[in-house]
This record gives sequence, C-alpha cells and structure tokens, in this order.
Amino acid sequence: MLWDTRKDRNEVAAPAATLNEDGQIYPTKALRKFLGSLTSREAPVLMDLGPVVGSNITFFGERLGCKILVEDLYSELDRHSRQGGTPFAEKITSRLLKHAPSSIDGILCWNFFDYLDLPAAQVLAASLTRMLRPDGAVLGFFTTVTAVDAAFSKYVIVDEGTVKQRAYTSGSRKRTPLQNRDIIRMFEGLKVAESFLLKTNVREFLFRKPVPEALDDF
Amino acid sequence: MWKRDEAVRQPAVSHGEAAAATAQAAGSQATRQDSYQGQNERDVVNIGKSVVIKGELNGSEDLTIEGHVEGRIELRDHVLTIGPNGKIKAELFAKAVVVLGEVKGNITASEKVDIRENGSVDGDITAPRVAIAEGAQFRGSVDMATKGKSAAQPQAIKPVVEVKPQSVQPVTTHAPQAVQQGQRVGA
Repeated sequence: MLWDTRKDRNEVAAPAATLNEDGQIYPTKALRKFLGSLTSREAPVLMDLGPVVGSNITFFGERLGCKILVEDLYSELDRHSRQGGTPFAEKITSRLLKHAPSSIDGILCWNFFDYLDLPAAQVLAASLTRMLRPDGAVLGFFTTVTAVDAAFSKYVIVDEGTVKQRAYTSGSRKRTPLQNRDIIRMFEGLKVAESFLLKTNVREFLFRKPVPEALDDF
Repeated sequence: MWKRDEAVRQPAVSHGEAAAATAQAAGSQATRQDSYQGQNERDVVNIGKSVVIKGELNGSEDLTIEGHVEGRIELRDHVLTIGPNGKIKAELFAKAVVVLGEVKGNITASEKVDIRENGSVDGDITAPRVAIAEGAQFRGSVDMATKGKSAAQPQAIKPVVEVKPQSVQPVTTHAPQAVQQGQRVGA
C-alpha cells in the first residue's frame, strides 16, 4: 500500500517548464567544485554533453585553458526520437562518444540523464567512466520529480554559482527521476565527491575517478 | 583718371555658383574616398557563389568565400571569411576566421575564430580566442590553450615526435614487471 502511494506520487507529472528565450536563472553549488577539481591541471580536456554555448566555451577557456569537446547528445537524442532506429544505448557505444579510455579530465553531463531510461543511462555512464582520466570529474544534474518539458534545456554559465537554463530544441520531453542508488551504481568505479539537493528539486552530483594506488605510491 | 586694373580683380561670383563650387570640391573629395575605399575593397578578394574550387588555396590578403571549396585554405596573416552561402570542406589556416556559412573540417587560427549566427562548423577549432554566437551550430573540439600562438602554422610542417613506450630500453631492476603492472613492490 505504501509502495503504491509512492508510485502514484512519483507519477504525478510536474507542470511543464516554461523556459523562454531569456531563460531562468538557477543557483548551482557543484559547478564551483567541478572547476576547482580541474584548475590544478595543465590544459585539461573537458567534454560537454550539451549543445555548444559560446559564453561557456569562453568561460572554460579563460578559467582552465582547456580543450573542450562538444558532443551535444541532446540533439542526437532529439534526432533519435524523431527517426528511431537502433536503440539509443547502442548508438552511444557504436557511433557516439568514441574517445580513448582515460582521455578526458572533466565531463559536463548537465541534466541529460533525466531524459534517458535506466538501461541507456547505465550504458552512457559506463562509457563516460571509461573515458575519464584518474582524478577526473563528472558533473551531473538529476531531477527529483517527473516532469514534462516543452523543450530540452541548455545551461549557460553566468558565474561559478549560477547557471541560466534556456530552451533548446522543440517538442515534448519527459524527465524521469533516477534513484540515488541507481545513479551511484551506474557510475561504478567513480566516487561521489560532492552531492547537493537544491531547493529547485535538482540533485547535483560530482563524481571523481580514484587515482590507482600504485600511481600514488610511485 | 586712374584706370583700375581689371586683371587682378576677382570676378564676381554669385552665391549659387559658390555653392556649386563647394559641392564640386566635396564631390572630388568623395570621389577620392570612394577610390580609396575601392582600393581597400580590392584588397579583400571574393570567391563568388558559383565558384567551386578543389585543391589548395594560398594567399596573402583577406579572402571572402561564398562558393564551394574542398581541400585546404591557408591565409597565414589574413582574415578568412566564409560567407552565408559558402560551403567549405577543408582544413583552414588563417590569422582570423569568420564563419557565416558552413564548414566541415578543422580550423586553426593564430588570433580568433568567430562563428556567427547561422554559421555551422563540424570540426576541431584551435585558436586563442573563440566566439560562438547564439544560433550557431558547432560539433567538435575547441582548443584555446596557449599553444594556439603558433597555431597558424600548418600542422604538416610541425615536427611530430612520438616517444613510444615500446622503444624505451628496459632498465634492469629487481621487479620491473610488478612496477609496470602497478602493483606494490616490496610491501
């Protein structure tokens, strides 16, 4: 009975987000930590799963002097949802994200996992874990409520503690919350360095890849 | 009695004629400016919509491309502009690159890459400064590291030195294999 109640509560869809062109501003706590984890590295390699945002490129370029790989999986998912074909999880491994193992220092997932089902999320997380260098960091935002968005959102960094969420591509998008344990399990091999539950119903996770002991001793 | 020297006397000029003369002077100045601007414009070469080039394009002046180019474009100290109708499938090397059209290929600039609204780039960018406008499309990597200072040099000229671990002579130690495999030694 209790479980039924929980299930019902989860399935109540939140009202559709009303993101306009100007976007909405949200606080973030994990972004600062993410940046802090990369500042000590010389010319780190950063991967952004979101669409290209010019000001973000400038922001990271100035702060980190890094190389940024723009993957834009949102548009790939959008194309996949319109065209269909092979399951998205297969596309991730076969066509997308074909970077070498341990080649990326930092990964920005934004809220992309909210739009995936659990199997696809697990495949993506495993793929990201493989590509991450030891001591590298992954930043992800996860919703706590089911919601139907009018569009994907893209994140524009205002400063280290603030992001602006703006509408990106059209069409109805359902966001489904993943359980904390599922999130932690799917990033097996990484450690939760920081996690925050914000008043905006967003969980921010910062994962770090442990440095192998042998390297420490060496 | 005294006869006036008519020769040195300025001819009477009506107000209308003076205005016309001023206009003529201004006109000649404008003509000179036009000529100067025209000379400047001649320094920027245009490749028109209907032009298709396959191969290598080198130059020592600013270039605007509205046509199709496949291959390689190199303008080391000048600005390369890909116009709204331009479709490029090439490696680009320039001082600054402005993209309003479509580029498939890597871009290397010693100063700046600017992707304007509706501009599209599918490739890797290496430049110290990169500006991507809202509405622009981009897929690839952006490298803004300081090594971009010498970025306009074509990569083919750069000597590439790779040190492969296999080529390193093994140093005799008591337990080299254990170290290579990341295990604790002598613990």
